[in-house]
Amino acid sequence: MARIGGNQLCRTGIVSLFLGCAVLWAPVVGHSDVATPKIPAAQGGQCVEPVEIMRRDHFDFLKHDRDKTVHEGIRTIKHSLAGCIDCHATKNASGQFVPINAEGEFCQTCHTYAAVKIDCFTCHATVPAVKMSQSP
Amino acid sequence: MSQSQPPSSATTRRRFFTQAGAGVALLALAPGVRLAELAVAASDDEPVTDAHRWGLWVDTSRCASGCDACVSACNDEHGLTGMGRPETDAQWIRKVDLKDETTGREVSLPLMCQHCEEPPCVDVCPTGASFRREDGIVLVDKHICIGCRYCMMACPFHARSFIHEDLSGQKTHSPRGKGVVESCTLCVHRVDENRAPACVDACADAGHHALVFGDLNDAQGPLASALAREETDELRSDLKLNTAVRYSGV
Amino acid sequence: MTSSVTFQILRPSSGFWLTAGIAAALAILGLAAAHHMEVEGHYVTGMNNRVVWGLPHVFAVFLIVSASGALNAASISSVFGQSLYKPLSRISGLLAMALLVGGLTVLVLDLGRPDRLIIAMTYYNFESIFAWNIFLYTGFLIVVAVYLWMMFEPRMNRFTRPAGTVSFIWRLVLTTGTGSIFGFLVAREAFDSAVLAPMFIAMSLSFGTAVTLLAMMLGSRLGQAPVNHEILARLRTLLAYFVIAVAFFVAIDHLTRLYAAGHTGVERFLLVEGGIYPWLFWVGQGLLGTVIPVILLLTPRFAGVSQTVFASLLVLLGAFAQLYVLIIGGQAFPMDIFPGYIEKSTYYDGVVAGYAPSLPELVLGLGGIGLAALIALVAVRVLPFLPQGSVKQPAG
Repeated sequence: MARIGGNQLCRTGIVSLFLGCAVLWAPVVGHSDVATPKIPAAQGGQCVEPVEIMRRDHFDFLKHDRDKTVHEGIRTIKHSLAGCIDCHATKNASGQFVPINAEGEFCQTCHTYAAVKIDCFTCHATVPAVKMSQSP
Repeated sequence: MSQSQPPSSATTRRRFFTQAGAGVALLALAPGVRLAELAVAASDDEPVTDAHRWGLWVDTSRCASGCDACVSACNDEHGLTGMGRPETDAQWIRKVDLKDETTGREVSLPLMCQHCEEPPCVDVCPTGASFRREDGIVLVDKHICIGCRYCMMACPFHARSFIHEDLSGQKTHSPRGKGVVESCTLCVHRVDENRAPACVDACADAGHHALVFGDLNDAQGPLASALAREETDELRSDLKLNTAVRYSGV
Repeated sequence: MTSSVTFQILRPSSGFWLTAGIAAALAILGLAAAHHMEVEGHYVTGMNNRVVWGLPHVFAVFLIVSASGALNAASISSVFGQSLYKPLSRISGLLAMALLVGGLTVLVLDLGRPDRLIIAMTYYNFESIFAWNIFLYTGFLIVVAVYLWMMFEPRMNRFTRPAGTVSFIWRLVLTTGTGSIFGFLVAREAFDSAVLAPMFIAMSLSFGTAVTLLAMMLGSRLGQAPVNHEILARLRTLLAYFVIAVAFFVAIDHLTRLYAAGHTGVERFLLVEGGIYPWLFWVGQGLLGTVIPVILLLTPRFAGVSQTVFASLLVLLGAFAQLYVLIIGGQAFPMDIFPGYIEKSTYYDGVVAGYAPSLPELVLGLGGIGLAALIALVAVRVLPFLPQGSVKQPAG
């Protein structure tokens, strides 16, 4: 295998650094004036993972499963970005889906709050797929 | 995140069947037994294997000059909407009209990624974003493509496009965006659902049937049997790329 | 002459501030151009799906090739024991690093996704000559930095020679690697050639020596020190021979293709019919970049500083003409996918691809030169890279 994912170590370092900072800043954040985001409710029932786990690890799930789909052709994965969008996209007054990365929508609300840029939607669709009739 | 539980017995069993199927297919012991179904049934949650090698046969005698049904179908399927800038707009498949310099014979054909067995684009890619799936489909992993365009320098068919501007309204099954390279995926999302690529269906719908899709490894299948019967060639055969797309009549 | 060369920190003068200001302005404009290209997308450049590498790559390859050649003076001094070149050894190492950083910056900023540099450093495909070059380039910076340290630190001076030898070998491999980026492209008639590797080594010697000459003369001007005329005379002769060596390899490259029957089309394009490319080849590289500078450099009557500056600039002009023809002309010529047929398609099959360089590309490229110059100027201001002003004229 010619591909080496060497950023694991790097990311562990960055995460520890952030955790360290988080501990130091905890008292300040506790008194923050910034309102916690109002996240739109999902359409479907139960999420694929408990909320607490999704909040912390969703990017790892997505990254792991994207490699399975792109490189190995496995399309029955549990954590797919399309799955997120199917459940979490909302419709506007005229019944049209609103892009999930629009301000106030599911992905963007939290990412604005956390000040983390999302790179998914440079390429990925931002609304649920229009279901096509599959030709036999 | 790796799932911590050991593989279920069902998964193990499926893997066994897939490998067994591959072995039998290679030996080709049982004519008439359709091994394809067996492997396809297991392929949903198992990695694709080299039991299959997907490919195309282009019969130029059936390809109509002036017809671009395959091109429109590809554009629709993958949401390739041009910006009115032909030099930078993406084209995954194009119609090429040929005229023999000596005899004046005219041929029309579609040209797209040839899904080489030895793809120069994969050789040169610094990050491994250009890769060849086990079943022979050559793809770009756009998550790790840095947009260096070395693959476009290396491709002998000009089959690749670089995305020169921001895109919106992409299709769910065909993610594509600015700053990375893309090309024909052989409609991998349809192949994984056991369907033929959009261009192939469109050509048949137009009544031409110039494109035949199938498994090069399946001797009884439509593609391998057509290639065994017809006189075909690969483009730029001097480069010995062993392409998965074969042409008749050029 | 003994080896008691002393070095000094450059004292700032108005000339220094002016030069550094121009270099900084170029570097900042280059960054702005890159930002524009990234935000808008590459459609704002002249590059397209047929000519995928454009002016930024001409500049980047020029800087990277010059970088390895700039190490020449240091190599001659510490590897081949010619102590005459010792006053230039430190500046030579500095130029090598500065030019390489300038070139790599242009290359990275032209990527479709420059924000993914971390991916280029964490995912490797070792079958790719490009991936190997990432190691060769970063390794070169480390090797030359160690080499400079051996030169600067008196206690380490005894290791200068081994460090210089490693750098010398490394830079030969590096230039071979750069040439191979193009030489391994079997699909393209204009590139697919083993001659490109030695040709790139000759090019690095020529471009690098021209840059070293210019830097040496600029250094003595900014430092208000007299030019060392013995080094000048030696470098002039060397440069002339290097330019001739490049011309030799270019001739071999074209002749082999002219001799092979199937490739006369690409040669006719590059040498006769290809519009701007034959002009750049014959007038740019041939006349201005080879014939005139070789005459100037080998004629003792033109041995003055200003004539040498002029000749060196002409060599660099020829360098750009050569790289433009090689990189862009090589892509503009259509690939022969269907031999024996006249091709027509919506994707410019069978026709010469158009390329018109845009302002952002040019500014990005110049920014790389500005950055390299800025790094070198800041370095000579803070560390003793330049030879002492009152350099002793060697006795005989």
